[in-house]
Amino acid sequence: MTAPSKSKKTPPKRTATGQVDGPTAEMYRDWLRQMLLIRRFEEKAGEAYSLGKVGGFCHLYIGQEAVAVGSLAALRKDDYITCSYREHGHALARGISAKRCMAELFGKAAGTSGGKGGSMHIFDASLGFLGGHGIVGGHIPLTTGMAFAAKYRNTDQVAVCYFGEAAVNNGAFHEALNMAALWKLPAIYICENNRYGMGTALERASAVYDISERARSYDMAKEAVDGQDVLTVYEAMCRAVKRAREEKAPTLLEIRTYRFMGHSMSDPIHGHYRTKDEVEEQRLRDPIRVWLEHLTAEKLLQDAEAKAMDAAAITESEEAFVFADAAPEPEPGELYTDVYAPVNGVR
Amino acid sequence: MAVITYRDALNQALREEMHHDTSVFLMGEEVAVYQGAYKVSRGLLDEFGPMRVVDTPITELGFAGLGVGAAMVGLKPVIEFMTWNFALLAIDQIVNSAAKMRYMSGGQVPMSIVFRGPGGSALQLGAQHSQSFESWYAHIPGLKVVMPATPADAKGLLKAAIRDPDPVVFIEGEMLYNTKGEVPDGEHIVPIGKADIKRAGRDVTIICHSKTVPIALKAAEQLAADDVDAEVIDLRTIRPLDVPTILASVAKTHRCVVAEEGWHFCGIGAQVVDEIQKAIFDDLDAPVLRVTGADVPMPYNKHLEKASKVDVAKIIAAVNTVCYRS
Repeated sequence: MTAPSKSKKTPPKRTATGQVDGPTAEMYRDWLRQMLLIRRFEEKAGEAYSLGKVGGFCHLYIGQEAVAVGSLAALRKDDYITCSYREHGHALARGISAKRCMAELFGKAAGTSGGKGGSMHIFDASLGFLGGHGIVGGHIPLTTGMAFAAKYRNTDQVAVCYFGEAAVNNGAFHEALNMAALWKLPAIYICENNRYGMGTALERASAVYDISERARSYDMAKEAVDGQDVLTVYEAMCRAVKRAREEKAPTLLEIRTYRFMGHSMSDPIHGHYRTKDEVEEQRLRDPIRVWLEHLTAEKLLQDAEAKAMDAAAITESEEAFVFADAAPEPEPGELYTDVYAPVNGVR
Repeated sequence: MAVITYRDALNQALREEMHHDTSVFLMGEEVAVYQGAYKVSRGLLDEFGPMRVVDTPITELGFAGLGVGAAMVGLKPVIEFMTWNFALLAIDQIVNSAAKMRYMSGGQVPMSIVFRGPGGSALQLGAQHSQSFESWYAHIPGLKVVMPATPADAKGLLKAAIRDPDPVVFIEGEMLYNTKGEVPDGEHIVPIGKADIKRAGRDVTIICHSKTVPIALKAAEQLAADDVDAEVIDLRTIRPLDVPTILASVAKTHRCVVAEEGWHFCGIGAQVVDEIQKAIFDDLDAPVLRVTGADVPMPYNKHLEKASKVDVAKIIAAVNTVCYRS
């Protein structure tokens, strides 16, 4: 993995007292805020799962926060986003409230899909956040379709797809990327390489370990970057967005990260498929720690502010839990709504 | 009223709907430059250009998914499968994406999309190219399944399917493309979910769809010569099924035969029989019989293939049995 980069393009402003400030500094601090919220939200979601308040499958994003936060920061409000089932972090980073996300995990009427989607199917069409999809690789062609729609309508929107490294061995990945390159569609395919497809290591599943190399099959632009440094992710994403928006060309962006938790809440963090030592070693490059150290070193943040941010993230997550727990269940009649479009306004 | 082929009726529907709504586009293998493997899309590339009539690589999963993604952001794709046999590669996108996107998103995400192409068997195409999959798709909540048998219904139902706000599986009859029939002039839309009584009769109801409709009508003609007056109901839409029309007919005739090209087990007829027995059991004078394709992969051999298919004689034999006339 590459070392965290220090941006030279955006030298921070300093106030008379030497404190770093300005829009860039505020954006950098906001990234820490977002990563802390995702971390604390996911911890709370895990707790809720253990208490039986969240059912089914629940895939946590802990360890990968810099990927969603750094990449989504480079997008516009009218861009399209699709994710795999490990999407709580992306939903929060896109601006969906912790309360509505948690309520969806709890299956409540106040959730993003009114409780019909669950942990794996978070949607907010008003933010271009188009799921949460449960079949590995199945959502990659959907993104190609959204990029096709942008080209069809001659807008400069960009469609972004997040998937794990296990999805690249799937036919849907190949078919979707081939068409995007063939037709020069404004799509960005983000492979969050967290090294394991459930319990199968990349090296045991893929003939080529460098995922970004696969872009060569489609004559597509590619990049592979360190996903534990949010600024590196942001800068790579800015290049990909520029390529999509201005040059109408797709990118395969491999972002190398690590899953600190098990595949889902019901899976072990380590065991037959990876050692405890490996997980401990990777935890040294916790994206939140990496970014906190950067902000501190660059005098962008004081310890007290960092502590306050974390306290706020804990509070917001707890409030989301309380809100979701107290929220009403969907009405029984909701069972049969939304299967088909409303007829004469009747759902 | 003009007399045109089933193929040209579909072509007219596509052309009219693409003029009607600029968000409608056609995508599939050989639909543009080649003018369609079955020439359904003849002339459309010249008229609408390559952004709206799009040739794809042979990649059913990919372009079906692309269509679903485009529908999620408000376009109205018509995705052509060269045949429904090849759509098996795309079924994840039809079932896991298109059919449930609205539900999973709590009603937020639109899904107006048509998947269309020929289904069923033709002549000696062998096991992998001769299959009827309507019961697979009709099983899935969230999908609508439409199967026209005549040129007029082909045009009217395809126009309705393209305007429909839900995903529609539109299965054409490969052996019907060259059949001719009258198609009403002007705007002609046939509502989804309405069966059609293709021949009125008193003595027995024959329920059929797609390619079994002309076979059933032929059987009814021969039966008429033998003093049996058969009513032929063309389902036209498999899902939602027009149960009231079925029940009204069977309550009148008291006898029923259900014919379909597909396999017997878990076929469309099984659903039709269930609707009949639970609603009007006491109106029946005989058990409802089903005439279906043989329960085998389609053989290549001409004689074996013929033996496997629904034909006039098999329908007449079933009618005679339910009429206790053997």
